[in-house]
Amino acid sequence: MGLTITEKIFSAHCKKECRAGDVVMAPVDGAMIHDITGPLAINVMKEMGGGSVFDPKKVIMLFDHQIPADSISAAENHVMMRTFAREQGIHNYDIKEGVCHQVVPEKGRVKPGDIVVGSDSHTCAYGALGAFSTGIGSTDMAYVLKFGELYFRVPETIRINANGKFQDRVGPKDLILTLAGDIGADGATYRALEFCGNAFSDMDIPGRMTCANMAIEMGAKAGIVPPDEKTWEYLRGRTDCTPFSLASDEEAKFFEKRNYDVSKINPKIAVPHNVDNVVDVTEVAGKPVDQVFIGSCTNGRYEDFAEAAEVLGENVFSEDVRVIMVPASKAEYMKVLKAGLIEKFVEAGALVEAPCCGPCMGGAFGLLAPGEVSLSTSNRNFRGRQGSTESFVFLSSPATAAASAITGVITDPREV
Amino acid sequence: MGRAWKFGDDIDTDAIIPGRFLTIYDPKELASHAFEGTRNDFAAEAKDGDVIVAGRNFGCGSSREHAPLALKGAGIEFVVAKSFARIFYRNAINTGVLPLVCPDTDKIADGAEVFVNLKEAYIEAGDRRYPLEPIPEFMMRIVEAGGLVEYAKMRGNK
Ligand code: SF4
Repeated sequence: MGLTITEKIFSAHCKKECRAGDVVMAPVDGAMIHDITGPLAINVMKEMGGGSVFDPKKVIMLFDHQIPADSISAAENHVMMRTFAREQGIHNYDIKEGVCHQVVPEKGRVKPGDIVVGSDSHTCAYGALGAFSTGIGSTDMAYVLKFGELYFRVPETIRINANGKFQDRVGPKDLILTLAGDIGADGATYRALEFCGNAFSDMDIPGRMTCANMAIEMGAKAGIVPPDEKTWEYLRGRTDCTPFSLASDEEAKFFEKRNYDVSKINPKIAVPHNVDNVVDVTEVAGKPVDQVFIGSCTNGRYEDFAEAAEVLGENVFSEDVRVIMVPASKAEYMKVLKAGLIEKFVEAGALVEAPCCGPCMGGAFGLLAPGEVSLSTSNRNFRGRQGSTESFVFLSSPATAAASAITGVITDPREV
Repeated sequence: MGRAWKFGDDIDTDAIIPGRFLTIYDPKELASHAFEGTRNDFAAEAKDGDVIVAGRNFGCGSSREHAPLALKGAGIEFVVAKSFARIFYRNAINTGVLPLVCPDTDKIADGAEVFVNLKEAYIEAGDRRYPLEPIPEFMMRIVEAGGLVEYAKMRGNK
């Protein structure tokens, strides 16, 4: 019987055939820690007896959630992690490169077929490059830092087969929100999602990152797009690797298969307070918004800002809306800058901030007061996620966010 | 014996411990902000031995281990829910807060006196016993070692 891409990745790492349901101890190719969950992982590793990390070259450290330090305690955590990096010989990107899930692929720290863990739930994002990557807690991370391996239960796979061409101003975010709405917040718990079909093979890497990133919003352990020419092209110059083929066997056993025709998908929006409360934008059109955030590891890349700029055209942003834009990494920031988009956005009334998580998790800045409404291109709209537990977060594509930032009310981007 | 703190479905880690408190790592201090803004009586009144009783997908969202630590700091030893989000489940086991699956949590009321018998795998509420599903075997090894830290110490520097 054939194997899924996930079973193949585990089999290669464990040097034996691994099937869904098997519990295995598998070595990891990369371990990412950031400023929020990293200090706890380091402390727990010390409790476990300390010593050296398994391989400093495979540990990826950066700060993105609370940067530049937004409190004294954040600054202290940064100092503690810097010291650890120095002692252990770990390269630390510090506050300079951007959001973890953009920086890890961008710097060539993940390749197709790898197993990568991160102490952040959206680590599943690297599935965009054909890796098995997943989020773990700090204690599991401490174990990984020390031993370079971890217990995994090899997950069953739900195959998403998406075909067709998106309508104008509809794209990957609308597709992944559609999936979240259909599958539900826990519909893929303990499973891997596999993204196939020509909608994915036509999709560029940034779009695939948007989709893989949100696999966790359905409870999934991973969200994998099989590597193809686009993947190898993206990796060229970032890391040494020779293209090889990696895909599920057709006769592999899937937990479930779902088919989508993306040409039928309309602009989607997740309404408070759950990511799977997904409706067509037209159903909530006209609702006033106080803040629009374009950024995060889900939609903070050049392509997202280019899309927003296209929707913006010669318009300006509404007087009544605070528009906050945060490119996800230094490299993406530079692309947006060189394309002249920052000038355009600032003139239209936006605040463009340096790469970081920004308002996405309601820690650093851009928090909401009770009663306020935010439209965000990020990935979570839980109660209180961006500030007051009495505020409201909606999630959409950059096109919908830009359209709504112009009119001041939730707006279908096809109408601007 | 303790009281049941009843919660619904999809209780996310932002609700358990909001993002602005994540620079804190001390369980007791985290506990003082647990469910802040969504269930304010919890931090003030939760006592050792109390049990969280919840619906589906408890602990969804972030990988922040601050969430089980905040519950631990509040004296919670068991979370009994219809199902758990994957990362929370592992984090809870690793930090010593036991996540127990029980399909009947709807039948347990908020504030009920409850008692968890781990050995015989049931939760008792108001003279009724509801069965708990066993913890998967490979997770039980970690529980029996006293958490992943102890498990790692046993393994040493091999
Ligand atoms: S941008 Fe948001 S979702 Fe992404 S890593 Fe940062 S806080 Fe997490």
